[in-house]
Amino acid sequence: MTSLNQTIQDVFNEPACGKNQAKSEKERKKGCTKQLQPGGAAGGCAFDGAKIALQPITDVAHLVHGPIACEGNSWDNRGAASSGSTLYRTGFTTDMTENDIVFGGEKHLFKAIREIVEKYAPPAVFVYETCVPAMIGDDIDTVCKKAVEKFGTPCIPIHSPGFVGPKNLGNKLAGEAMLKHVIGTKEPEYTTPYDINVIGEYNLSGELWQIRPLLDELGIRILSCISGDAHYEEVAWSHRAKAAMMVCSKAMINVARKMEERYGIPFFEGSFYGIEDMSDTLREMARLLIQQGADPELMERTEAVIAREEARAWAAIEPYRQRLSGKKVLLVTGGVKSWSVVAALQEAGLRIVGTSVKKSTREDKDKIKKLMGDEAHMFDNLAPREMYRKLKEAEADIMLSGGRSQFIALKASMPWMDINQERHVAFAGYHGMVAMVAEIDRTLANPVWQEVRRAAPWDEVEAPRQAGREAA
Amino acid sequence: MAAIVKSKKACTVNPLKMSQPIGGALAFMGMRGAMPLLHGSQGCTSFGLVLFVRHFREAIPLQTTAMSEVATVLGGFENVEQAVLNIVEKTRPELIGICSTGVTEVKGDDLKGFVQQIRARHPELDGVEIVQCATPDFAGAFQDGWAKAVTAMIEEMVVSPEPAIRDPRRINVLPGCHVTPGDIDELRALFEDFGLVPTFLPDLSGSLDGHIPEDFTPTTLGGTGPEEVRAMALAGWTIAIGEQMRTAAEALEARAGVPFRLFERLTGLAPCDELMAFLSRISGKPVPVRYRRQRGQLVDAMLDAHFHIGGRKLAIGAEPDLLFALVSALGEVGGEVACAVTTTTSPILAQTPCAEVLLGDLEDLEAGANGADILITHSHGRQAAARLHIPHFRIGIPMFDTLGAAHLVTVGYRGTRDLLFAVGNMLMHHHQSHAPGPEDWRDAWPEPHATSHQTAQELVP
Repeated sequence: MTSLNQTIQDVFNEPACGKNQAKSEKERKKGCTKQLQPGGAAGGCAFDGAKIALQPITDVAHLVHGPIACEGNSWDNRGAASSGSTLYRTGFTTDMTENDIVFGGEKHLFKAIREIVEKYAPPAVFVYETCVPAMIGDDIDTVCKKAVEKFGTPCIPIHSPGFVGPKNLGNKLAGEAMLKHVIGTKEPEYTTPYDINVIGEYNLSGELWQIRPLLDELGIRILSCISGDAHYEEVAWSHRAKAAMMVCSKAMINVARKMEERYGIPFFEGSFYGIEDMSDTLREMARLLIQQGADPELMERTEAVIAREEARAWAAIEPYRQRLSGKKVLLVTGGVKSWSVVAALQEAGLRIVGTSVKKSTREDKDKIKKLMGDEAHMFDNLAPREMYRKLKEAEADIMLSGGRSQFIALKASMPWMDINQERHVAFAGYHGMVAMVAEIDRTLANPVWQEVRRAAPWDEVEAPRQAGREAA
Repeated sequence: MAAIVKSKKACTVNPLKMSQPIGGALAFMGMRGAMPLLHGSQGCTSFGLVLFVRHFREAIPLQTTAMSEVATVLGGFENVEQAVLNIVEKTRPELIGICSTGVTEVKGDDLKGFVQQIRARHPELDGVEIVQCATPDFAGAFQDGWAKAVTAMIEEMVVSPEPAIRDPRRINVLPGCHVTPGDIDELRALFEDFGLVPTFLPDLSGSLDGHIPEDFTPTTLGGTGPEEVRAMALAGWTIAIGEQMRTAAEALEARAGVPFRLFERLTGLAPCDELMAFLSRISGKPVPVRYRRQRGQLVDAMLDAHFHIGGRKLAIGAEPDLLFALVSALGEVGGEVACAVTTTTSPILAQTPCAEVLLGDLEDLEAGANGADILITHSHGRQAAARLHIPHFRIGIPMFDTLGAAHLVTVGYRGTRDLLFAVGNMLMHHHQSHAPGPEDWRDAWPEPHATSHQTAQELVP
């Protein structure tokens, strides 16, 4: 447990994080985790976060050491897509019982690893530690070590008991496990001056595949994606990349920064969401690769691709302008997305009547102001009741948010579109932004909204009568 | 009838089982103005919430005591107290239902004592029902948690009536967790047609049936109210549905003297006949014409369906009471169980009409389904069904890739009829897509020197 505490302290003291560096020494010690409020908290735990970050590695057996809740209640519920193995979608758990609580779960865990290796022969087994084994003191490091000696298959302990903190911390703890046990343990067959890592991209709904063709065209090779559609060995040899992109949200900033420190891989923070962001991302990739020794002509080719793709995307969005012009959008999401999709929405003629900035940084907020000017209605914390009122009173025509709040819109009989990770439509890159505008149009244009707002016949009969009574 | 076998594997692969606390939480969601609260790390709540949102496609009220590592080690009284106070302040609930989790049970938090202390320290909470139950994740399964929560509500809220003036028209209904909101609607109409006034504990049809409320509400949108639970003491009868509800029915009988009748299932001709006869007896009314017609329809459906279900091999994965209902009802039209897998022990398993019931996971079901014609389990069976190339009838929780999960009706004559149609249709369509070809029988006889006895048996049906 002490080593885990050390890791957590270490993760909190992130020098590459601007927010962290602005804090006093004392504040920094407290970590970047807000104290969770009992009875008022929402969101996943550190285990959830670790699983989100690593499960997209497709050929690994992800074994959850804990009681049935941790895996049984949650498995196969995310849309990370794979172009190969489907093993990552198989749910493995030790399903701890009272026996394990009394006698310890280490032998049980060891046997479980053996069964997996014998039946599925994966290139690696990731062992996730949850609250109960952490409480009873199971030493999963030693079990993993013994299992490696015995079976020769890498077994990676991921220290992610849910009670140490929220999802975001879990992302980072997952990253620490990769840094400690995986990254740098294999060598790629060959390298090129155009090899990059993409860190913190999970290929949800296949979004990485919206980006990959552009990189292919430019001759940029994704040496490793951590972790979307990745193979175990690809993560293991990621230390040979020339440059790295850290996908927004800082969830895996520790991985990007430590790989820079250890292996001299410079990184930039970028986003695949939004047309201009996508272009900036391509430019940054080219710039860093050139800085690392790639042929400077890469930049010209990159600019050409950007110009062509931007023109195509804006042209594809144009037909929606008339249909969507003046429609009001309530944007309830976090961080980068609070502004990165705004330009595309505005281009399609939509008006942003509000954006939530709960998880946004100061930079994010500045960007919102720049984009939206005086119209920038930023909400720090939009209570569900207030969202409902805004929609019910038609202060917005559509809400874009995560799945959690969809019913607030739907119960107000108002359009809603998923913009967070559970969605089934890919919104990355140039194609993705066009797809997003098309999705909004598809939602708004649906005649269902008129239908569902139709008054029930008994309401129509009774309402005038009531009104009459009130008048009298 | 069935032998109960426990899987010997150390690693559960593709879990069929879900945990007790969220089963308990779902029971509390059938109460009006309720906020279920899991005493554990916030992930316990988050996973349950996502699961129910995807199944019901509804907003799900579910809170957490947000236990940190330190709080877990020191004990969670303050977190529970804070959570209760915050919930009351923010959502003004009528009932808070608290379920413990694995981690707080390992620590040994005394939830019952916590609630007593909170009551003593906060008289302002007197108007709010606070019910708690011990539901460690490392024991039992979803349906056990549900049953515990219902029993806890009875023990907390029902008081012995003095003097007991029973209203013979009133009945209590204790549905197991496999009884959907659609099933409850079906049963309510049935009971009312006999002139009876049912109170369901809990009543998911009021809260998770997908209606549009007048205004925003942060707690449940409907369900059974605390005063209705208290009034259960005065009912003439209790009807329990599923073996899992026996303890709750017994608790109600012990506290308030209400006799109970437990129906192990309400899917299938014979149990529905029993229900009709029972309702007719306690209400003194003949079975309404509507149900006489429905019975005829079910009998006809069984005749039509037996062509398609008879002799077909079924692989079924479900919690004990649902498994019992499905194996029985489909068996009665000739369906044969290739493999039956369940989550937790129950006296009903031994009575299940098949050779063997395995306490296991979906990997076991997939292995046992080799050669089966249909896979019957919740949505997590989808990968197995795809690999086996057989149809997948989704039933149970979760059904995250299906619209209308809450409205799947399998109780009563009509529900049984529709179940047989749905399963029969899947088998029929699958059979059609495997129509015979000109070469199928050219070399169809096996080699004359079949070696194993096993093969020889299969040759001569």
